Amino acid sequence: MEQTRHVLSVIVVNEASVLSRIVGLFSGRGYNIESLTVAPIPDSKYSRITIVTNGSLKVMEQITKQLHKLIPVLKVYEYADLVEKEVAMVKIPLSESLADIQVLAHAYNGKIINVGSDSVMVMVADEPNRVNHFLEAIKRFHPREMVRSGSVALER
Amino acid sequence: MQISGAQMVIEALIAEEVEVVFGYPGGAIMNVYDAIYQQNSFQHILTRHEQAAVHAAEGYAKASGRVGVAMITSGPGFTNAVTGIADAYMDSVPLVVISGQVPMSLIGTDAFQEIDAVGISRPCTKHNYLVTDAKDLPRVLKEAFYLARTGRPGPVHVDIPKDVTAQIALFDYSKEVELETYKPTIKGNVRQIKKAVDAIAHAKRPLLYLGGGVISSGASDLVREFSTAMNIPAVETFMARGTLHHSDPLLISMLGMHGSYAANMAMSETDLVIGLGARFDDRVTGKISEFAKNAQIIHVDIDPASISKLVNAHFPIVGDVKNVLETLIPLAKEQVDPSRYAPWIKTIANFNKLHPLGYTEGTDRLKPQWVVQRIGQILGDGANISTDVGQHQMWTAQFYPFSRPRQWNSSGGLGTMGYGFPAAIGVKRADKGRVSINITGDGSILMNIQELMTAVEYDLPVINVILNNNFLGMVRQWQTMFYDKRHSSTDLSIQPDFVKLAESFGGVGYRVTTKEEFDAALHDAIEKNVVAIIDVAVERFENVLPMVPAGGSLFNMMLEYKDK
Repeated sequence: MEQTRHVLSVIVVNEASVLSRIVGLFSGRGYNIESLTVAPIPDSKYSRITIVTNGSLKVMEQITKQLHKLIPVLKVYEYADLVEKEVAMVKIPLSESLADIQVLAHAYNGKIINVGSDSVMVMVADEPNRVNHFLEAIKRFHPREMVRSGSVALER
Repeated sequence: MQISGAQMVIEALIAEEVEVVFGYPGGAIMNVYDAIYQQNSFQHILTRHEQAAVHAAEGYAKASGRVGVAMITSGPGFTNAVTGIADAYMDSVPLVVISGQVPMSLIGTDAFQEIDAVGISRPCTKHNYLVTDAKDLPRVLKEAFYLARTGRPGPVHVDIPKDVTAQIALFDYSKEVELETYKPTIKGNVRQIKKAVDAIAHAKRPLLYLGGGVISSGASDLVREFSTAMNIPAVETFMARGTLHHSDPLLISMLGMHGSYAANMAMSETDLVIGLGARFDDRVTGKISEFAKNAQIIHVDIDPASISKLVNAHFPIVGDVKNVLETLIPLAKEQVDPSRYAPWIKTIANFNKLHPLGYTEGTDRLKPQWVVQRIGQILGDGANISTDVGQHQMWTAQFYPFSRPRQWNSSGGLGTMGYGFPAAIGVKRADKGRVSINITGDGSILMNIQELMTAVEYDLPVINVILNNNFLGMVRQWQTMFYDKRHSSTDLSIQPDFVKLAESFGGVGYRVTTKEEFDAALHDAIEKNVVAIIDVAVERFENVLPMVPAGGSLFNMMLEYKDK
């Protein structure tokens, strides 16, 4: 069956064991999680978990139902019209051209966020696909380290 | 009131009207056992192994329809119990399993008898809790019982560190359970039900496909009414045996890997499957692309995740079987003309005539199927039947004349050898008025044989009937058929003296080789009313038939096996 990329947005009760319950559903079935973000929803007892994964439609339907079946899960958005963003941070040697870096970052909703003694740090926030493009383009500036946040998503 | 965590456990069990707890004490759970010692509201039954405690609680739960309770200590106590917990999860048995844990301050330090219990039980429970403060205990225990028995039932595990059982806190059990994230759908969608009735009215060859959910929802009477009023034939899954009376002319039999020819053919020929509380298990469907190929499918189940998981449902109805039938039956009675299925009934009767479930009498040793039938003739409705796992289990499911729900008690999903004896002890505890039989094999019985002591101590006289073929029979059967008779590690020629074994624990034992001896032994065991082992020498190479080879289509049954 055709494997496609899926974004799941899951609202859960914010309690100690909930993340392992969710992750266990994937690992126990041998499915890979591409990215995972968790943070509490302000002024509530809930957290929002955003999961990016690959699978066939049939598998996704089953995963969605199994997520629903977990006791601390309140809601699962799967086919919802989701707006998706991701943050990436990159550390670049100070010897590179700051102006060029600034321009590139700007094209991807980003900017220079820190300047150290021998490196600068750039942050961008964009669609995951565009973050891929940025990370490809930034290679010419010899990045030392990079980190991606994983997707966050909200239904439109 | 301000009481200790251990006392809270007792108070909660009393509030839940628990009458028996099966368990085994140890270091981390000692505070609770001390509190058990000082109460007389419920009985504690000390099994001789933690796995047996959970199986006994399962047997009790299945026979009584109540939540079974098991209690164990941390570390090895808990890991021993895991098989039972997983078994209950697979067969949707409502259990609350309470385990001790090392004190909070020692968690994560590789303390003596420490194991991450909730980490292990997570994938094999409906839900689990690690209680870190005694003030949470009343809520957690109340939720545990609520979750275990509602929706799709299942085991709930509560892990309590030793210091939490000693901690004093407020006990208030009066608050209703409030779980915003857990609201099982009980009532079926009426529009969907109407569509389903319409499909039934237009079908020519409808077939009821009954699963264990019918029994756990208490819908057997409604199913009987529905089947009879609509003149719709039924097949039962392994888990559903006893839903319809064995003499019901509309009951075809069990379907699946070792289902009857008629049942499997009916499933292959039907144009409308009416699935009630069943989950299209691979042992039922065989090759999934060929399963009920000509049929539309109505699927009623309380677990949405079971619907269209393996076989796509045309009419999915999420709801409790009983509740859905209460709406569906009156509508069906208005719309459906029962006489239209007469030709279909006749077709099925012909299937039955063509290849009835049967066996050929042997000349030398007794046939295992005869033993099962004989128990049925002698005890019938008067017995509750448990089994272990293997050939004997399939023969029992095929040949015992079941007449009511909850009469049948066996490990279906997980297929746990060693289940039968402790489960039969739990069954006896739930239904003392009937004989509790465990039909077992010479392999399975040794996996929880220590429970002879429990049965003697608590006067729960289970009769174990060993269909002894000196083989791990089911594996031997596969080796004979599919592995060119290489009987790798399945020959059990070397065995204990089961008669002496039973006697050494204070029970009675019989070695049986003829029909007369069997009758005499069974009657004597019933009369003696103590735990018994009847060791029956049966035909060594008998196979369970029909058989759908794994992955094969239901209609491609092996009806006989000729030794090459």
